[in-house]
Amino acid sequence: MEILISRVDSQPIYNQIYSQIKGHILSGRLQEGDVLPSIRALAKDLRISVITTKRAYDELEQEGFIYTVAGKGCFVAKKDTNRLRQENLKKLTELMKKVAALARLCGLTEHEIMEIYHNSTKEE
Amino acid sequence: MNYALEIKNLSKHYKKGFSLENVRFCLPSGCILGLIGENGAGKSTTIRLIMNAIQRDEGEISVLGTDSHSPEFTRVKQEVGVVLDEANFPEVLNVRQVNKVMQNIFTQWDEGMYFDYIQKFSLPEKKMFKKFSRGMKMKLSIAVALSHHPRLLLLDEATGGLDPIVRDEILDIFNEFTRQDDHSILMSSHIVSDLEKSCDYIAFLHKGKLLFCEEKDKLLETYGILHCTRDELEKLPRGVVQGGIRSSDYGGVEALVLRKQVPVGIKVDYAGIEEIMVHFVKGEHAE
Repeated sequence: MEILISRVDSQPIYNQIYSQIKGHILSGRLQEGDVLPSIRALAKDLRISVITTKRAYDELEQEGFIYTVAGKGCFVAKKDTNRLRQENLKKLTELMKKVAALARLCGLTEHEIMEIYHNSTKEE
Repeated sequence: MNYALEIKNLSKHYKKGFSLENVRFCLPSGCILGLIGENGAGKSTTIRLIMNAIQRDEGEISVLGTDSHSPEFTRVKQEVGVVLDEANFPEVLNVRQVNKVMQNIFTQWDEGMYFDYIQKFSLPEKKMFKKFSRGMKMKLSIAVALSHHPRLLLLDEATGGLDPIVRDEILDIFNEFTRQDDHSILMSSHIVSDLEKSCDYIAFLHKGKLLFCEEKDKLLETYGILHCTRDELEKLPRGVVQGGIRSSDYGGVEALVLRKQVPVGIKVDYAGIEEIMVHFVKGEHAE
């Protein structure tokens, strides 16, 4: 598993770690039961603060992507299909907001947007 | 939580005017704390006070759980590695002789480790210390500080005078040092970028007073840099702007702001530790 940290990115570093690990889990590169590097080891490898790394893990754990076994480390949790769907819906909503904003800029009607949508599904 | 270092209400007054007032901060075990501040802010004084090299007037200092005024502190000192901004070894000694001296000073002295570092830093073994360059002196000092299995490192401008490549190597070594969770580092530096990466906490000294000691991530999250025109700045609610403002004729103004209190829709840039430091000090000057 690789995690790439960008220091010029406007995204905070903990968020970069969080979203990349999440990405690895969602894409299946990290499988259920896989062990994650310890917080300290990952922080030192990435040359970043331990607190930053801990925060990323905390957030992943809160959302149920990973779980901790005291004294053993952090593991990838079972993929929750329901949660996955929720995740994707969330993403979709975000994208829709962008669509709406762009459409407003161009003065598109709902009908025209739907037309574009139908065309794009046909292309696929 | 275990603390590698606990400083409470530390004060030191000098007759010539400088004084360190009521400094308090803690370094949790396993963490790196960066001490920042201008020249003469009191960083070196703080580090000297921790090691009892100078006597404090008031306050408490506890190092690895032991009060620095207690008799047991002599034993604790064995577990602290110190690098001061000026490396001071007897001028006529060479690397090998320094090894002999240190063997008798530190009970846990690790000769193998020491020579590993000497090799890593490509220091000549037979050259007298006085003929060393500044960089070489620093490296020797760092090698000594690391070679007696310390649990706490106190680094006062330890990367000063080193070129970027060596600095990077040494930061790497410090970073590796804290891989063990009972190893902690207090480091002061002007080169804030050195600290920005790996520090967990940042303590900011200004004119002998502690302006803040905070988790680095929290700082980066709290503050932001706002670029706008002077009119726009004046429309902002009170209390949003922190510290001083940098203004120019054509470039508008640049201010340090509390991210959360900036009205939605105004773009706030990332503020690095260096920007936070500069703006805080500027604010002080303006008052």
